[in-house]
Amino acid sequence: MSEDRRVLGRRTPRNEDPRLLTGRALFVDDVQRPGMVHVAFVRSPHAHARLGAIDASAALQMPGVLGVYTADDLGDYWQPGPLLVPPPPVSGMEFHERTQVPLARDKVRHVGEPVALVVAESRYLAEDAVEQIFVDYEPLPAVVDLVAALEPDAARVHDDLDSNLAAFVPQSRGDYAAARAEAHLVLARTFDYDRGASAAIENRGVVAEWDPREDRLTIWDTTQAPIPVRNGLAAMLGLSEHQVHLIAPFIGGGFGPKIMMFYPEEVLIPWLALQLGVPVKWIEDRSENFYATTQERGQIHEAEIAVDTEGRILGVRDRFLHDTGAYDPYGLTVPLNSQCTLLGPYRIPAYDSEMRAVFTNKTIVTPYRGAGRQHGVFVIERLLDLVARELDLDPFEVRRRNFLQPEDFPVDQTIIYQDFQPLVYDSGNYEPLLDQARQRIGWDQFLESEQPNARAEGRLLGIGVVAYVEGTGIGPFEGARVQIQTSGRVTVVTGVGTQGQGHYTVLAQIAAEQLAVPVTSVDVITGDTDQFHWGTGTFASRGAVVAGNAVHAAAVEVRAKTLAIAARLLEVTEDELELVDSEVRVVSDPTRSMALGTLAAEANPMRGAVTPGTEPGLEATRYFGPHRGATASGAHAMVLEVDPETYDVTIHRYVVVHDCGRILNPLIVDGQVHGGVAQGIGNCFYEELVYDENGQLMNASLMDFLLPTSLDVPRVEVGHEETVSPLNELGTKGAGEAGAIPTGALFAQALENALDLPGLEILQIPLNPSKLWHLVQRARAAHTSAG
Amino acid sequence: MNEPNPTREIEFEVNGTTFRRAVEPRRLLSDFLRHDLGLTGTHVGCEHGVCGACTILLDGQAIRSCLLFAVQIDGAHLTTVEGMTPEPAAPMHPLQQAFQRHHGLQCGFCTPGFLMTLLPFLEENPDPTEDEVRHAISGNLCRCTGYQHIVDAVLGWARERAAAAAEGEGREPTP
Ligand code: FES
Ligand code: FES
Repeated sequence: MSEDRRVLGRRTPRNEDPRLLTGRALFVDDVQRPGMVHVAFVRSPHAHARLGAIDASAALQMPGVLGVYTADDLGDYWQPGPLLVPPPPVSGMEFHERTQVPLARDKVRHVGEPVALVVAESRYLAEDAVEQIFVDYEPLPAVVDLVAALEPDAARVHDDLDSNLAAFVPQSRGDYAAARAEAHLVLARTFDYDRGASAAIENRGVVAEWDPREDRLTIWDTTQAPIPVRNGLAAMLGLSEHQVHLIAPFIGGGFGPKIMMFYPEEVLIPWLALQLGVPVKWIEDRSENFYATTQERGQIHEAEIAVDTEGRILGVRDRFLHDTGAYDPYGLTVPLNSQCTLLGPYRIPAYDSEMRAVFTNKTIVTPYRGAGRQHGVFVIERLLDLVARELDLDPFEVRRRNFLQPEDFPVDQTIIYQDFQPLVYDSGNYEPLLDQARQRIGWDQFLESEQPNARAEGRLLGIGVVAYVEGTGIGPFEGARVQIQTSGRVTVVTGVGTQGQGHYTVLAQIAAEQLAVPVTSVDVITGDTDQFHWGTGTFASRGAVVAGNAVHAAAVEVRAKTLAIAARLLEVTEDELELVDSEVRVVSDPTRSMALGTLAAEANPMRGAVTPGTEPGLEATRYFGPHRGATASGAHAMVLEVDPETYDVTIHRYVVVHDCGRILNPLIVDGQVHGGVAQGIGNCFYEELVYDENGQLMNASLMDFLLPTSLDVPRVEVGHEETVSPLNELGTKGAGEAGAIPTGALFAQALENALDLPGLEILQIPLNPSKLWHLVQRARAAHTSAG
Repeated sequence: MNEPNPTREIEFEVNGTTFRRAVEPRRLLSDFLRHDLGLTGTHVGCEHGVCGACTILLDGQAIRSCLLFAVQIDGAHLTTVEGMTPEPAAPMHPLQQAFQRHHGLQCGFCTPGFLMTLLPFLEENPDPTEDEVRHAISGNLCRCTGYQHIVDAVLGWARERAAAAAEGEGREPTP
């Protein structure tokens, strides 16, 4: 049996699944309270307009309507939201904080911005009443296009600012001008990476209930950050933190936008519950989700690369615009990620980057899976492909020549990352990733026979390979409490919250490994501020790393306490004992043993006293705060086919070789990678938020915004390398976003390879068959006129 | 309420239990199941018939409960995900077990819809190819899994079922 004892690193099925599979798991919309009333919002139909009178008199006469609220009814509670992430400590930086408000006053700045709310006995009645609220709008020109937004005569999203510039962050190292002067080749291009929506299948929702007997407010919220939301709401509502009980139950997919706080609805529903003294519920519907849940992705990069005769990078210069939407509550996390991740796994001696964040009359931008890393990867990978084309190198060779080498680590990139620490890569070994990807995708055979054979039949097959790094597992901290119950079961309590990443299982595995119990004997409790009230939340692929290491530290301590008490009771020394199969036994005489549950009871005596300097119970609480993030890495490869008539694309093979340090549960990591790739593919070819020149979103339904289906997502083959992180005991790095990050760059390269047209360069994402057709026509025309 | 909306009496069966209820004609079946009957295992992701999260069985056929009104189920027999494993303590339905074994769910929000779509499909086609499975679930959206482990779960279920059937007939399962 002993070889079976290790539970970390095994493909362990999940503890949380039975509840979810049988329909017993609690999601926010499942919360039903006696006397509960319902809210619907009046949202702006204009992207940019001055707000006039709001006439709710007809609505207030309607049956079942309990009240209508506008900004003026909120009194002092009306406040712009907090700035979640302050600007980074970078010299020469400029930042204009303009955060969202609970209900618009004076002016609306994006379609879907809430203007008023109705409370009624049912959601149906509340929505009826929304139709009867009449708002005067004076439409203003909408700021939609990123480049035009910075023109001197552009309309201004925020009247009190001189322009639509939200932020400016220059970061550089080395001497780019010198690098350029000595370069053999300099290539410059413009890259355009447009918006998409995270589109979790569960929309957002909030339920709040004030209990006047206990003077406590309970809130159920679809948030990725239960503890910070609790702390913030307590402060806003003038309650102490212990009076607010925030529950983030099962969450139907997060992907980033559910960590945004505070959404207007999140601020308003708890306030209403206090005002009205009855439970209040609001559940977002899908069309609201398209306007009111944060989005990501719009950036335009003007980038230039300078290389020597061998294709070695001497320097990169980048000037980019980042669309932050109507407000910037999340600071500069997304564009900083882009700015930093552009450096990738490569040695780039000179880097000169300037980011400009721009206010537009569109939905707010906050991190969505990848959180800006895609853009950086897209730019550097595409530049390398262009270099390879000019110098006649293959995609492996141009990357290999530029990779950081294992002996270079730790690598200090000297620029400032999203956690405000200098960007330092902890560990990595990149060549094996490429080699493994090459092998698994069958690169050589594809080029030798598969592709030429297909071409002979008139079929357009293409192949590609890209590499990337991903900063994961950043601070500040998470905590965990581990306790052995007298039943012998183990409880792990933490604050991170979970949206499907398998925390109920991975955290259980970590405790089970230390305490020698089955994973199914560990109950993980998370997302409930009454159970654990310190923590930050689930973002930046940090759950398994940060909370995992806190659980590990607490479990190590509980293990030590367990051995100490067992040694006393069994009258042996601790090193004569082992923990096996939920009990402690004497190694030389396994008949002398005590069950963990018994030891837990002994540690909580009914008589006598707890020995001075010790604590009752077999329990420990520990915190883990990584000094800086761990850098994961990987390579993706794909084979795709373009239909020469329709320009539809089919992906035939997809390989991910991934290094997230030590792997805690390969089954779960594979799932994370599959899901990330599916989102990446959607982002490349199916999903695009189409705004017209008035800032109207033209495709705000799942009928028109196409999420990839089971027929669009290929089988993904996952290979692992394990370069452990020296930054934490478990040696692990985050895995949550890896699948989604390099897909665009890969897709573009494989398309160019399939179409094999001189002059065809794919420098934009998302694509679709018609955009692809246009690019091909343009390349053909240019070629003919040139030739 | 000062002017109650008119309601209609309906009688129907859900997961083997018969109900008589008065409902407002405009009430969606998905809302009725979730909020009036408390059967919250059926989820709602779009309310416009695209995501499939609200799929249930109506007289054995997979349908989207957000596209029907509750009044339309008068006289019908419905099955929801709660009907697959009626006793919380009992072992789960083999298809649910296969989903767990193959990690066919992450957030689990879409999962009841997938299970309900698959039940009648597998009844008709208990030994599907991967392609057939992918077509069968192509009307259900999952944002977490990339579908691969869902497909694996279904194919795994079919393999195990075939093996068990072979054993039941006294033959050795095919190696
Ligand atoms: S909720 Fe019915 S199909 Fe989406
Ligand atoms: S498991 Fe989350 S949507 Fe399918």
